[in-house]
Order: sequence, then structure tokens, then C-alpha cells
Amino acid sequence: METIESDVVIVGAGGAGLRAAIALAEADPGLRVSLLSKVYPMRSHTCAAEGGAAGVAGADDSMDLHFNDTVGGGDWLCDQDAVDFFINEAPKELTRLDHWGCPWSRDKDGRVSVRPFGGMKIKRTWYAADKTGFHLLHTLFQTSLQFESIRRFDEVFTTDLLVVDGKVQGCCAVEMRSGEMKQFLAPAVILCTGGGGRIFPFTTNGAIKTGDGMALAYRAGVPLKDMEFVQYHPTGLPATGILLTEGCRGEGGVLRNKDGYRYLQDYGMGPETPLGETVLKTMELGPRDRLSQAFWHEQQKGNTVPTKWGDCVLLDMTHLGEKKIHERLPFVQELAHAYASVDIVKEAVPIRPVVHYMMGGIHTDINAATPLPGLFAAGECACVSINGANRLGSNSLTELLVFGKRAAESAAEYVRSAAPKTDRAAADQQASAAEARVRALFERTEGAETMTAIRNAMTHTMETGAGIYRDEAMLTDTVNTLADLRSRRSGIALRDKSKVFNTEFTQLLELDNMLDVAQAVAVSALARKESRGSHQRLDYVERNDDTYLKHSMAHYQGEDAPRIDYLDVVITKSRPGVRDYSGAKS
Amino acid sequence: MSQRQITFEILRYDPETESEPRFQAYCVPCEEEWVVLDALNYIKDNLDGTLSYRWSCHMAVCGSCGMMINGEPMLSCKAFVRDFPNGGSIRVEPLTHFPIERDLVVVMDDFMDKLQAVKPYVIPKKKRTVEDGTYKQTPKQLHQYQQYSMCINCMLCYAACPQYALAPDFIGPAALALTHRYNLDSRDHGRPQRQEVVAAHEGVWECSFVGACSEVCPKDVDPAGAIQQMKIASTVDWYLEHLMPWRRK
Ligand SMILES: Cc1cc2nc3c(=O)[nH]c(=O)nc-3n(C[C@H](O)[C@H](O)[C@H](O)COP(=O)(O)OP(=O)(O)OC[C@H]3O[C@@H](n4cnc5c(N)ncnc54)[C@H](O)[C@@H]3O)c2cc1C
Ligand code: SF4
Ligand code: FES
Repeated sequence: METIESDVVIVGAGGAGLRAAIALAEADPGLRVSLLSKVYPMRSHTCAAEGGAAGVAGADDSMDLHFNDTVGGGDWLCDQDAVDFFINEAPKELTRLDHWGCPWSRDKDGRVSVRPFGGMKIKRTWYAADKTGFHLLHTLFQTSLQFESIRRFDEVFTTDLLVVDGKVQGCCAVEMRSGEMKQFLAPAVILCTGGGGRIFPFTTNGAIKTGDGMALAYRAGVPLKDMEFVQYHPTGLPATGILLTEGCRGEGGVLRNKDGYRYLQDYGMGPETPLGETVLKTMELGPRDRLSQAFWHEQQKGNTVPTKWGDCVLLDMTHLGEKKIHERLPFVQELAHAYASVDIVKEAVPIRPVVHYMMGGIHTDINAATPLPGLFAAGECACVSINGANRLGSNSLTELLVFGKRAAESAAEYVRSAAPKTDRAAADQQASAAEARVRALFERTEGAETMTAIRNAMTHTMETGAGIYRDEAMLTDTVNTLADLRSRRSGIALRDKSKVFNTEFTQLLELDNMLDVAQAVAVSALARKESRGSHQRLDYVERNDDTYLKHSMAHYQGEDAPRIDYLDVVITKSRPGVRDYSGAKS
Repeated sequence: MSQRQITFEILRYDPETESEPRFQAYCVPCEEEWVVLDALNYIKDNLDGTLSYRWSCHMAVCGSCGMMINGEPMLSCKAFVRDFPNGGSIRVEPLTHFPIERDLVVVMDDFMDKLQAVKPYVIPKKKRTVEDGTYKQTPKQLHQYQQYSMCINCMLCYAACPQYALAPDFIGPAALALTHRYNLDSRDHGRPQRQEVVAAHEGVWECSFVGACSEVCPKDVDPAGAIQQMKIASTVDWYLEHLMPWRRK
């Protein structure tokens, strides 16, 4: 087995991984960085983000205001020290992106423009038309090309972390082109593997978002934090899950039910704002969880529009006019036209809530360090937590930058100070075991189980039991189904025996990861007997700060369901209050 | 629900066991709204798990899924089955002009090397610190290069380019458009450094200006336009250097 030695291994080359790599290269060109990714970096799902990245910019804004929006939006489950750090670093990081060439949209005088975003009281979302994530990713990728210390390994699928004597020593990964297992030795590993929305059937997440890094850390003994918090985005196209950015509503788009009525006013987000005028944090600019929940209620009342792809409501932008749509929302126009055959200048588009983002993830502290020495994590796969029970739109692109950099700094410091000697023999032994395990997947004999059936059963049970609204019975059912699916997965055989770019093989590894992550979500959701942010229980409708102002921590227990315990939330200055999104007060 | 049975003839090749590519036919019940990628996913999930291809976003932005569809380079996530003639079959092959790695997956090394070769990053006049704040760049200055920053690296233009087929050293449309993008960015001062690459034999002069690249580009990047503008700029450079050396900055 080929062995590649470096000082820091980064798994994942999306926004977080690339930012970490650049930070390492800038901090110390002598550090050897290996950057692993299962797809070419520019294919990472950061490219799909449309709306923008939040950071205090204008004179009318302040760090305190961004802090309050984030903590309130997160229903007080955010760690406030982490939020403070994040808010303060945010404008600096977005400024760096400007220096690196990000084509930020501009005001007439040449300054960077900011746009309104759901749940944010002040305009502070920097954007590059409606392709912010795309530009952010390509800017970072292209910038990274100038550093010789960054060695890229593209299309390399990480299967295991190497852990010797309670310390990370690197990881193992299969090179997809050759099918060969490679051993990457390093005293520090940063996981930047993104989210896992693919555990649900309707999602804005691309095929690669299968929670791999979460599963890697979890199996290595690092708890997964706040996994029950899954964000639905209120405006996805029903057939494909393709997202129509929140920018649609930021620019003045409105939501209507089958009677053309702007129903959000019935769910505590009114009063109705005049057409074309937006009032921040009100009506269509309320937070995502509230909007998705309002959809569910409208559906129960029979007020939704039935379509071939299920019930929908209507996103109406016709009053914005062709010019504004063309200028501000060109990508939305293109997507709606291509994938829903709707011209948004002339008609409203049918949309529905779709799974979008996982607030939970690998437990890290404010330094992006996990409890496992040498292991760091950043981006959507990590949970610091600045997002609490509900992420505010446009905070996560900024989070990739702030904590990608932070993870790099922590890893560099760890490598320099601790410089733990690699126990080569023990690491070799683990790598060989990992290789043998992977080989064994090819030897399974064909039986009754198929990958497609198990995957479909998983996504179906997540949607029905752990979706927008949950209760004890539904969740118990889902937890049982997942346990059953996990026990059956070893019966899936591979028909494709080739070593070259075998995507049946990588899909099997991904399904394994998704089943573990899905179980952590469902079991954490069952244990949290309250409603908070995106986690809404029909049987416990109130938030319960006495018992649950805490992070849930899911600990891996092999074939059994995870063990859940709790960790206190860090509160520095904002005591839990009421999340108020009615326009009456603000 | 209107479904259509469509036969897909798909190029298959496994270098481990096969000496040359072959075609395999699959009959797929397609929904009206489907793109070719949906049909490939249907095949992979229900008919034949051994088919390999790249995809991720399903929204024409990650650039993974470029293929030859009925002989044309296209993104399979944007190629609607309803746009192909009724009754006919649809032929799917890997992007041409690139070596085949496996089935519909091509080897991308050459493209990645070329992207890197053109120094696609801001080379500032003077290093700027965070305290200096953001650059000023007017909407007009942004507009200068914006179009050329839209490239998703899907490589369709390389598959369409007759010159790349003949002279694989040619830097090619997307990498040249990217060069132009940075040259035109008001924050950048790296044009002289990039110029060496561009003005070289494999640079802009290799292009015979057929314009096929701009026709197939799914993002309206117009690499052909970029190359044309760079040729003019290179010519001006040459005159400045050789005929009016005193005018050279
Ligand atoms: C459609 C959409 C729109 C969005 N819009 C916004 C927005 O407007 N504003 C905002 O703030 N946020 C937005 N988000 C959220 C935000 O884009 C994501 O949270 C963020 O981009 C995730 O970045 P990341 O770097 O953590 O992961 P990703 O970009 O997903 O990258 C993950 C990386 O890990 C690698 N990887 C994964 N598993 C493995 C493995 N086993 N081995 C090797 N490599 C592996 C992948 O190859 C990839 O390089 C949006 C999300 C979606 C889906
Ligand atoms: S220029 Fe157009 S066709 Fe060529 S790689 Fe870029 S997006 Fe694709
Ligand atoms: S799948 Fe991303 S461009 Fe087609």
C-alpha cells in the first residue's frame, strides 16, 4: 500500500477544506498539506449556494445586531462565545475573498453590495449575483493553485481514520481511478466533508452529500452534536429538490396558497406587507423553519396546490418585473425555466419545503478541535455550534471561511507543539485492516438485499418520521426501521467487481455512512422532548429550557443505537427569549 | 403522467477486462420532465449498477456531468429527454478528445494542468491587508470580466474544439477565458505574467476561430470572444514592443 506522509491532511475540498488549505499554506509554507476530495474541488457542493454570505458591512449594522439575529434565530441553542468569534471574523474573511478575486456584486460607487436575508434584521448578506457559493468555491480553488505546499488528491474516497493510542495518525482512502487503498499519515486531520442531506428524499443537496466525514468521526468515537436539527428550505422545486434561493424573497417574491392568499400572516409573521416591499424578519423574510412549518399547516388544511410531485404552494415574483428579475435573479429564472417550465416573469412557480442543511455534526469546540487529539473539523460537517437549532441563511458560507481558517490554525499549532510521533507499525496495521474490510465488500455473495431498496427505505422513513413535524410514535417507527436497515446492509453484494472508478462500490460506502448518520438524527430527535427551532414535536409543542437548553451528543455504539447524553450550551450575554417574527414590533 | 420508453445506447468500457469500448442498450421509462442524467440514475438504480459516470448537483453548476449526447457535448443534467426526437434512441458517450477512464468517465488531468498553468488568481500590484478594506470596483468594471468568471469547468468546449483535437497542447477555450477573466479584473496586475503563456505557440494563436466552444457552452461564457480579444491585445503588445518601444509601460 502506498503511504503518503504529510503534516496535515484535509479531507474535503469544498469551501471549508480549501479555506483551511490556503490558511495552512499562508501560515507556514513548510507545512506539507494533503488535500483529499472524493470529487474534483470545484464539483464540491459549495458551488450550489446561491444567496450569499453574511458579515457586518454597513454603518447601520453592528456586531451586536448580527449576534442577536444569529442567537435568536438559532433558538438559543448556539454557543455564544463561538457566535461572538464568528461574527467578528466574518467581515474580515469576506474582505479576503474580495482580495482573492471574488466577483462580489457592487453598488454604483464601487463598494460591495449587501442584500436582505431571512431572519436578518439588517442588510448584511454579501452576494455575487445569485451564484455566491459558485464564485466563492472557484475563487478559493483558483487561489489555492498558487501554493506549492498544497498537494491535491482528487477523486480519492476516504474510508477510515487512523487512530493510534487515542490520537489521530491520518486516514485511509481509495483512489477511485485505480481502486487502490492509500495510507495518508499525518499527526493532524481536518474533516471538511460537508453535510448529509441525502438521507432525505427531497433535498437541495447534491449526490455527494452523504455525511461521510460525520460517520468517520462518529465511528472513531467523536460524538455527533445536535443531529436532530435538520433545516428545510421553504422554496425547493418539487421534482428535483432544486433550490430557488432565499434571494427570491429578499428581492420581494411572495408565497401564496392555492387561493392566492399570502398565508404567512396566519402564522405569526404578519401583518401582510405591501406587494414588492420587504420588511426584514417579517412575512416572507421570516426564518426558514417557520416558513416550512406554515407550509405543513396549509397542507393539513387542504390549502396547497396538488401537483404530480406532491403538494405545493406558489412562489410569486411576477410583480418584480422583467428587468429586476434579469438583473438580480438570473439563475433562478434559468432554473425555473429549465426544470419547472415556468417563466417567473409571467407566472408563479410551484414550490415545497425540501431538506437543505444539517445544523448538527461533528462535535467541535470554538477552536474547531474535536475531543479526539489531532482531529479537527469545519464547515457543514462540523457543529461548533453557531447555528443552534436553526441556521440563518447566509451564515454558513461565512462559517466555512471563518472556521476553515480556524481549524487550520489549530491544526498547525497542534502539529508544531505536540508534534506527536507517528507510531508507524500500529498505523500500518490499521490501514491493512481497513484495506481488508474494503476488499471483503467485493466478496459478498448476492442475496435478496439491494442498495436501491435499502436507500429508498431509509429516505422514506426519514421523511415520514423525522421530517418537518415529529412525534413519539412516528420517530419510534423510524428508529426501528433504521435499526432493521442497518442490520440488513451487510447483505448487499457488489455486482461491479472492477477496481477502476467503481461507483457502485463508493455508493455502498456512502450508504453505510448515511445509515449511521440517519440513525443519529432519529435517535437524537426521539430523545429531545421539546420543540425548538427546526425540531418540532407535535407531542411537545413548547420549548423547554429547564431540561433541554443543551446540546445532544450521540455516541456511536456499533450495531446498537447511539447513546445520547447532553452538554451545556455556552451563554455569555443573551438569555433565552421569545423568537418574534411578527412585523408589529420591529 | 406521460411516460415515454426511450432506448439509451451507452458506451461502456472497463479497462480492466475490455480491450475496447462497446455500446450497451437500456430501455428506460422516462418522465416528461426528465433529463438524460435522470435516465442514467434510473439505469444505475434499477437496471445495471455497474454503469459509471460523474454527477453531483443536478442543477448545471458543478460541471461534473458533461457527456456526448447524440454526438453533441452537453451537460446530462440539462439535456431534457423531451428535446430529443420521438421514437429515436439516445446515444450517450464520454466527452470526446479526452482519454476514457471508465464508461462515461474521462481522464481530466490535462484540463486540470491547463487551468493551473494560466495562473488563475489575482496577482495584486501591492499586497492588500484586511485593514485596507475591500477594493472599489464599479459595476462597470465588474461587468468587464463577469461573463468570463461564469465557467463551471465542464469541458464541453474542449470536446467541441477542433483545434484541441488536432493539437492537444493547445491551452484551449476555458483556460483562456479564465486567463482573460483575471486580466480584465481591475484588482489584478498579473497580465504580463500570464501573457507569456497566452502568447506562446500553444496559446491564443493556435485557435482557428471556429467558435464551436461558445456555441456549446452552457453558461454563455463565450470563450471564443475572449480568445479573439486576447489576440488583439497580444498584437497591440507586439506593436508597442517592436515599433514604438518608448510607448511601452
Ligand atoms: C442549494 C444550496 C444553496 C445554499 N445556499 C447558501 C447560501 O446562499 N448561503 C449560505 O451561507 N449557505 C448556503 N448553503 C449552505 C452551504 O452552501 C453549505 O453548507 C456549504 O457550502 C458546505 O460547504 P463544505 O465546505 O462544508 O462542504 P462541501 O462544499 O459540500 O464539500 C465537501 C467536500 O468533502 C469532500 N468529501 C466528502 N466526503 C468525502 C470522502 N469520503 N472522502 C473524500 N472527500 C470527501 C467532497 O468531495 C467535497 O470536496 C446552501 C446549500 C445548498 C445545498
Ligand atoms: S467555457 Fe463554457 S463550455 Fe467551456 S468549460 Fe467553461 S462553462 Fe464549460
Ligand atoms: S450534475 Fe452538476 S453540472 Fe450536471
